Amino acid sequence: MTQAQAAPQPQAQRPLQPQPQPSPPGQAPSERFSRLRECLELLCPLPGVSGFEGPVRERVAQLIRPFVDRWETDPLGNLLAWRYGPDGPQQPGPVVMLAAHMDEVGLVVSGFEGDGTLRVRPVGGLDPRVLVGKAVRVGASRLAGVIGVRPIHLQKPEERRRAPEPEALVVDIGAAGREQAEQAVQVGDPVVFEAPFLVLGERRVLAKALDDRVGCCVLVELLRERYPVTVVAAFTVQEELGLRGAQVAAFRADPHLGLVLEGTVGADVAGVEPHHEVTRLGAGPALSVLDQASIASPPLVAALVRVAGRRGIPFQWRRTGAGGNDAGAIHVSRAGVPTASVSVPCRYIHGPAAVCDLADVEAAVELVQGFLQEEAAPLLQRWRRHGSEGG
Amino acid sequence: MQGEAPARDSLAEAIRRLAELVGPSGREEAVREAIREQLSELADRVWSDPLGNLFARREASRQGGAGGRRVMVTAHMDEVGIMVTHIDEKGFLRFAPVGGLSPSLLVGQHVRFVGGVTGVVGREPEEEGKDLRHGQLFVDIGVNSAEEANRLVQVGDAACLWRPVQRLGQRLSGKAMDDRVGCVVVLEALRRLAESPHEVVAVFTVQEEVGTRGARPAAFQVAPELALAVDVTPAADTPKARPLPVALGKGVAIKVKDNSVISHPGVRRWMVEVAERHGIPHQLEVLDFGGTDAGAIHTTREGVPSGVLSIPTRYLHTPAETVDLEDVEAAVKLLVRLLQEPAPF
Repeated sequence: MTQAQAAPQPQAQRPLQPQPQPSPPGQAPSERFSRLRECLELLCPLPGVSGFEGPVRERVAQLIRPFVDRWETDPLGNLLAWRYGPDGPQQPGPVVMLAAHMDEVGLVVSGFEGDGTLRVRPVGGLDPRVLVGKAVRVGASRLAGVIGVRPIHLQKPEERRRAPEPEALVVDIGAAGREQAEQAVQVGDPVVFEAPFLVLGERRVLAKALDDRVGCCVLVELLRERYPVTVVAAFTVQEELGLRGAQVAAFRADPHLGLVLEGTVGADVAGVEPHHEVTRLGAGPALSVLDQASIASPPLVAALVRVAGRRGIPFQWRRTGAGGNDAGAIHVSRAGVPTASVSVPCRYIHGPAAVCDLADVEAAVELVQGFLQEEAAPLLQRWRRHGSEGG
Repeated sequence: MQGEAPARDSLAEAIRRLAELVGPSGREEAVREAIREQLSELADRVWSDPLGNLFARREASRQGGAGGRRVMVTAHMDEVGIMVTHIDEKGFLRFAPVGGLSPSLLVGQHVRFVGGVTGVVGREPEEEGKDLRHGQLFVDIGVNSAEEANRLVQVGDAACLWRPVQRLGQRLSGKAMDDRVGCVVVLEALRRLAESPHEVVAVFTVQEEVGTRGARPAAFQVAPELALAVDVTPAADTPKARPLPVALGKGVAIKVKDNSVISHPGVRRWMVEVAERHGIPHQLEVLDFGGTDAGAIHTTREGVPSGVLSIPTRYLHTPAETVDLEDVEAAVKLLVRLLQEPAPF
């Protein structure tokens, strides 16, 4: 952040009180609010373990087709879509890459036990405390199963007190023995949570894979409009394994600016102090100043803060330096790309039942929309005039 | 003042001026502007890129024939520090580390923000039997409320350890020797370099301490045929230090390997040969951890033969990093000689 004077302060730094609500309880939700909920209901239940994002990609492509000028899938499976500025493809002008990842954490089949259960390995950073006893789907045929572990009466006392090691987990698909399991499943098949999509109260939704289908839905919504800049939407693969899709997507998109749309940790639960809660549900989208993969571009963050101030959009700071997202790969692409992240707070992230607040999702759309309408083109013009300095 | 009347005064003063600037990773503006001022007389063209890397190009001043190359010479401008992630209602600042700074080292240190605000790092009471974590630390900037704090510092503002440079005999001790010493070596080499068969592109990089993030895009832009990075390396000559070959005062260290790069064998042999031919004190460096900008540069595009000149440094990533001025002088001499000679491969 620059030392900007009189910058609007994020909601989360003020005394904790009810936040402005784009769609207050009791009023009819906006069209956008309903569209975003429907989008999440469409995308979250789809299986998309890292490396197996096909079903998500197909559905996203259907959703965006009416709004984009051209789209393509790259060799790694990233879906890239262009919505050109007012002068069309001949004069694309400044190019802004908006990225959201399609993949989710899950498991992959690594072998078979004699009793017909499947050995599995984690794909991405799963929370081991939430795995046991959860229903799953295995492989392209969506075979039903459940994550099993040695029954509690056979565990050693110290095993009962801590989450099971990933090595202790198996997936039970109801096979009578190894042979039957081997006929139904192959080593390498992805295992994904079978989880419901539920609405909690007026504004919150519960689903698996909110990280990052919520970013995908924000991005789909943003594509409905044409902006003064060219937008390249990148629905990326393999973020959870180390930002692998974004690296090649950014090379292909060759943007002047990057903006990552993410789901991030909301740890605003009882007993957590404000500086440890990372983000708080309902307090607006979160802006990062840094994480382990990138330091957000200060002028880009300042522009987002200006938009929030002008339009009265609530936002909060992401209060940790931990974690990492596609910005880590995008900002060092080619000769360097100033990049920032806008994140939607999600409780119980990386498990089968994450929760986010639709008001935060809607505010994230408004914030990025305002940035694209008012700030992106002047910001890039300024950089070009002053020798393109990001500092 | 210790010992004899100090030699190398101008080198020491150049290092002090850069090292006392505040430039944590991602917030290198002050360092960049100080270096940019010096570059105007030393280069044909000076520019910066979207991440804040600073470039200075010198065309080849004589024809080198087959030995003339586009040589990228780098030193990083950034230093380790902290970044504010939260301001509480009483005006205490919570922060995340920027680069490798141990929590226990931070306790009780003064820090200085970009913009000049100074604070002190405090800690929550000890938890029995648990390691100190950054999340238990805070910065006190002498205010009583969030409102007061927000007038001075905002979330996203960054600070570095703050301590003025001290002269210890022929040594210098202070914060950010890593890698302002390298910046001074590159600047001084450009100053002394009369003519060169190479197109020399000096790059003062950003964000090395958080994972050589500036050097990769910089190398992509420059597309060098040969790269030489100048950075510090741990000197292992203090009591019970882990056994490593490098010692303070034994000359510039020529890197064989670290955890990010194995120096191109041809470049390394050339560096050793030139040092020996000109009687420049040098030692070989073999490191099983750590990394430098050469790690990012040598795998850029189709690959870049790369070498590293290292300045032996004690107490790295503390506010008292200590270097020997004779080692710095040796590094300048070697870099000048290398840039004057045709590359033999």
